[in-house]
Amino acid sequence: MSSFLTYLISGLSLGSIYAIIALGYTMVYGIAKMLNFAHGDFIMVGCYIIFSVSGALSGNSFIGIIAAIILCTLLGITTEFVAYRPLRGAASPLAVLITAIGVSYFLENVALLIFGADIKSFSSVVKWEGLSFADGQLRIQGVTIVTIAISLIVLVGLQLFIKKTKQGQAMLAVAEDKGAAALMGINVNRTIMITFAIGSALAAIAGALLCSAYPSLSPYTGAMPGIKAFVAAVLGGIGSIPGAMIGGLVLGIVEILSKTYISSQLSDAIVFGILVIVLLVRPTGILGKVIQEKV
Amino acid sequence: MKKLNKAVSLVCSAAMAMAMLAGCGNAESTGSAAGGGTFKFGAIGPLSGGAAAYGNAVCNAAELAVAEINEKGGINGYQVEYSKEDDELNAEKSVNAYNTLKDWGMQVLVGSTTSACSIAVSENTKADNMFQLTPSGSAVDCVKYDNVFRVCFSDPNQGIASAQYISDNNLATKVGIIYDSSDVYSSGIYQKFVEESAGKNYEVVSAEAFTQDNNTDFSVQLQKAKDAGADLVFLPIYYKDASLILTQANTMGYSPIFFGVDGLDGILTVENFDTSLAEGVMLLTPFAADAKDDLTVNFVTKYQEKYGETPNQFAADAYDAVYIIKQAIEAKNLTPDMSVSDLCEALKSAMTEIEAKGLTSEKMTWDASGEPNKQPKAVVIKNGAYVSAQ
Repeated sequence: MSSFLTYLISGLSLGSIYAIIALGYTMVYGIAKMLNFAHGDFIMVGCYIIFSVSGALSGNSFIGIIAAIILCTLLGITTEFVAYRPLRGAASPLAVLITAIGVSYFLENVALLIFGADIKSFSSVVKWEGLSFADGQLRIQGVTIVTIAISLIVLVGLQLFIKKTKQGQAMLAVAEDKGAAALMGINVNRTIMITFAIGSALAAIAGALLCSAYPSLSPYTGAMPGIKAFVAAVLGGIGSIPGAMIGGLVLGIVEILSKTYISSQLSDAIVFGILVIVLLVRPTGILGKVIQEKV
Repeated sequence: MKKLNKAVSLVCSAAMAMAMLAGCGNAESTGSAAGGGTFKFGAIGPLSGGAAAYGNAVCNAAELAVAEINEKGGINGYQVEYSKEDDELNAEKSVNAYNTLKDWGMQVLVGSTTSACSIAVSENTKADNMFQLTPSGSAVDCVKYDNVFRVCFSDPNQGIASAQYISDNNLATKVGIIYDSSDVYSSGIYQKFVEESAGKNYEVVSAEAFTQDNNTDFSVQLQKAKDAGADLVFLPIYYKDASLILTQANTMGYSPIFFGVDGLDGILTVENFDTSLAEGVMLLTPFAADAKDDLTVNFVTKYQEKYGETPNQFAADAYDAVYIIKQAIEAKNLTPDMSVSDLCEALKSAMTEIEAKGLTSEKMTWDASGEPNKQPKAVVIKNGAYVSAQ
């Protein structure tokens, strides 16, 4: 039993990381209706900024995180302005998707050029050891608890922001219908830019937590967790903010438990298999809304 | 007129004789340059670029060994000439380097340093029937031709060597394994290790895989090894993943002996890595520069004097390679005037008969496949540095 709980906690800590990355994915998708495949690489950029800044300031990770949030926000705004906005009116929605993949490779290669392929060991930004139960048999890492807490704060914060503020209402309107929103006097471009800014700031925070939990930093650090988090967002219902949280946790726990009880080699096959089954049964994901197309 | 004719013919014949003498002189000197009086060894490795550390180690150590041999009177009384070429870690350039050395008159090749280059060059040495001894090409295919032998263990054979070492030194009773099933290097070593472990004095209690798409969380693999009571965890993987495994094992309070192979070499160089986590990690390596035997002390001192750095395992492999060739040549009493192909045939059979002693092993033998058979050695990490395990 205690070993089951240990594995469950491992799943929780992996899932919490997926969840916080998925929040950024799903928010951008929910409002701008585009998949920002470069999200995982924004995370990687955030990690390198924290690594470099806190390295230069002899381990002051707080300033590193602030710097990462600011620079990632700027990066998000710039990317949106340069690479995504000109294509928003393009005939095919695929154009933006492919550009996002291009941005993803661009960022990875720039990082490769600047920092090289060698991995760097990341010092955890969460200094707290965590909790232990049952004479140290069960341990929950500090970074897991902090990640879950921050995910919840972000979740509630985003919900409040969207429901209670004027800007949030504007985002909802843009999500609903860009053309109509523009007619109502909403600046669509500005709204989407703010969405990207928030999404990229979340990427910086997610990066800090990802690398604290798994302290190995390379130009490809964000790639695979980014894809898994995207799966989590789809599983939870893409566009749904609580769905991203639930999808992330479910994915992490399923991955760890299938590694434990079925096969460590097959865990990815099982995780993606479950995704297929969930989507067959509930095409919109766990919390996704069914939208009726009006003709 | 007759007299004049005679005089002319006399002058002519004198001139001809002079020319012939001069001709002879010329023939003699070109003959020696073509390899009549000296053996010609060539070495290839990446001397520039990212892997320059490996190539320079191999070429420097081979140069050192040749200098020592010449000082002591050469091989069978013949001096050895040595030349090296850069391949920049590129298979095509390695073949170019080989052709350059061949034009120079190379008779035996020590190289290439890296696996891919070594395989590429072996296509040409096979065609030319030139004897090739790679110090450090560890991929299985490096020795697929009968004219190629190697000094280091092949990748999968490191699995066999690790199993022998763990068993011979009674390191553990229960062994866990974590390997990368998406990587041919790692899964090859893993399979050989498991095969060799049958009937040894320890038991393999867990064998868990990960893939390159799933290499962030190792908590399950570690927890399973821990639950199974493994007191040694075998890591036939690269240091990049191993650094995460060590960190996560530390977080969960699990401290078995971690035992790795040459892929783990480099873990101490990871930027910002807390090297105290690697304390006590053991890895299979043919050479430890701090060993106290005469051979190693002599080699390390001379190498440091000449090149200003501590030699690594690549250097040791190459140094041994030159001495192995010397021993094989002496065993068959070969001379430099033999053709490249005749030398190759003789060396091929000599290799299976000799029993060499070197830096990387007390006793090395070969069979016709080109694989070495030797006692494995290991180092342990103490205070952030490699120390001989015994």
